[in-house]
Amino acid sequence: MDNINLNVELNGLELQNPIMTASGTFGFGEEYKDYVDLNRLGGVMVKGTTIKPKAGNPTPRIAETPGGVLNAIGLQNPGVDHFINVILPKIRDYNFKTIVNISGNTAEEYKELTTKLNEAEGVAALEVNISCPNVKKGGLAFGTEPKMAASVVEAVKENTDLPIITKLSPNVTDITEIAEAVEEAGTDIISLINTLIGMKIDIETQQPILANTIGGLSGPAIRPVAVRMVYQVAQSVDIPLIGMGGIMNSRDVIEFLLAGASAIAVGTANFINPGVTMEIIDELEEYLVENGYDSVQELVGLGHR
Amino acid sequence: MPVQMKGKILANKKINATDYKLVLSVPEIVEETNPGQFLHVKCGTGLEPLLRRPLSVHRYNDETGELVILYRVFGKGTEILAKRQSGEEIDVMGPIGNGFDLNNLKEKIMVLGGGIGAAPLMALIDELVGLEKEVTVLIGANQKEELFCQSRLEELPVNLKVATTDGSYGYPGYVTGLLAEELETSDYDQIFACGPTPMLIAMEPIIADKDIEVQLSLEERMGCGTGACLSCVCKVKVENEEGFEYKKVCTDGPVFKADEVILNG
Repeated sequence: MDNINLNVELNGLELQNPIMTASGTFGFGEEYKDYVDLNRLGGVMVKGTTIKPKAGNPTPRIAETPGGVLNAIGLQNPGVDHFINVILPKIRDYNFKTIVNISGNTAEEYKELTTKLNEAEGVAALEVNISCPNVKKGGLAFGTEPKMAASVVEAVKENTDLPIITKLSPNVTDITEIAEAVEEAGTDIISLINTLIGMKIDIETQQPILANTIGGLSGPAIRPVAVRMVYQVAQSVDIPLIGMGGIMNSRDVIEFLLAGASAIAVGTANFINPGVTMEIIDELEEYLVENGYDSVQELVGLGHR
Repeated sequence: MPVQMKGKILANKKINATDYKLVLSVPEIVEETNPGQFLHVKCGTGLEPLLRRPLSVHRYNDETGELVILYRVFGKGTEILAKRQSGEEIDVMGPIGNGFDLNNLKEKIMVLGGGIGAAPLMALIDELVGLEKEVTVLIGANQKEELFCQSRLEELPVNLKVATTDGSYGYPGYVTGLLAEELETSDYDQIFACGPTPMLIAMEPIIADKDIEVQLSLEERMGCGTGACLSCVCKVKVENEEGFEYKKVCTDGPVFKADEVILNG
């Protein structure tokens, strides 16, 4: 199977294969070192990082739903300085590309994060999180308003030569409108989707289960929504897409590629099967061989008619 | 180091009205297991329930590679687990967490468990008895039928005291009432405790002004079991603006020192 080409090139971001792990589901990579050969991953999109350390939300932070998981972690993270000085040196020698997910309350904060990470050794790209549903300010607000979304992307773009990925929220009326706005503002890549806002009420206590009341829904329950949005956005922009949302196995990966994603990220499935990314890479390779493809890139967008 | 593996179910039997005993053949995991650690178990084989369930190790045998889990059925995951048959394979991750810190064992040791929370203490008791430690064991349950391993504990060289909330056996009331009574008459240097959070909270005023090292095994709704998702956190005291930071129950715990955690915040 040596002649199968799994490499992908996404507008300046080169990956050894299109399989990445989604921000917030894989820590900073090393959390999974006992279960995964991290060197085989295409990329790790690390836990959302902010200027200052964030404690996160009270518990319960997680609730299970049919085929899904609701979470409201609240961007708990040690802050960008700790990431650069302590975490990055431990992970930068792995073969995977480190993609840093950044989150701010203002465009100015995104700029500051970008400036700091731009100088750090071992960062392959920035993923601009304009879609976190679990923080009070910024986050999602930036992701639902095209002009605000564009202003954040511009603030990042002006301060780095690293490829920029903008992560879109599905909690909008027309996702193509936001996609076009961030493309126009200079994002190199779009990743989608973040979680869908949801809620669960315990009928015994008659109260919401999550301490934060609402949370972000992930897992296979949201996959059809994600596939639809990737398909729509693929038709409306000319930049590469990273698809995510409920991917559980290699069949799901192929579905996203057909919808128009050039690479994908596995999220919630890591919780259920920590070795899932390794299985996916093996099975994707087998699928390509069995179906006579030379390169994974040949599948991208084939579902469009 | 934890591993993900397919274990073989050797037995999965009901032991009382609500509780089951699961026996697994998982030699690779047993090799690494210490008292107080847990496994992250895929209860079914499909998408329901989606997430794994953290289940404490009750006992394990280094020679046979067998590991025992006692679990109470009270949700979708454990309901599905209860239907699994011996001979089947089951996807487990483990051993996870730090378990009890036995590096600085003291003289007068108490092991205290409430309800299903008493289950993970058996491996600890075995270890302490093996080290020829003087151990007092306090266990509590709703009723006599739910007391774990009473007959086995009676055979061991430990000082066993039991409490039932319905008064059907031993001390009538919560095990924390028994704890208060015990501390009035005897001194202890070290307590290892596991049980529902209200039990751990009720212990706080009883042990507050005493010079006892107390280790608590905590539980919280859990996602990944690898320390990545940050779902199962607890508050640990630190000197910062908030006065605390969140630590992960799965990989920083599940055992914490009583004087470092904030349980009712």
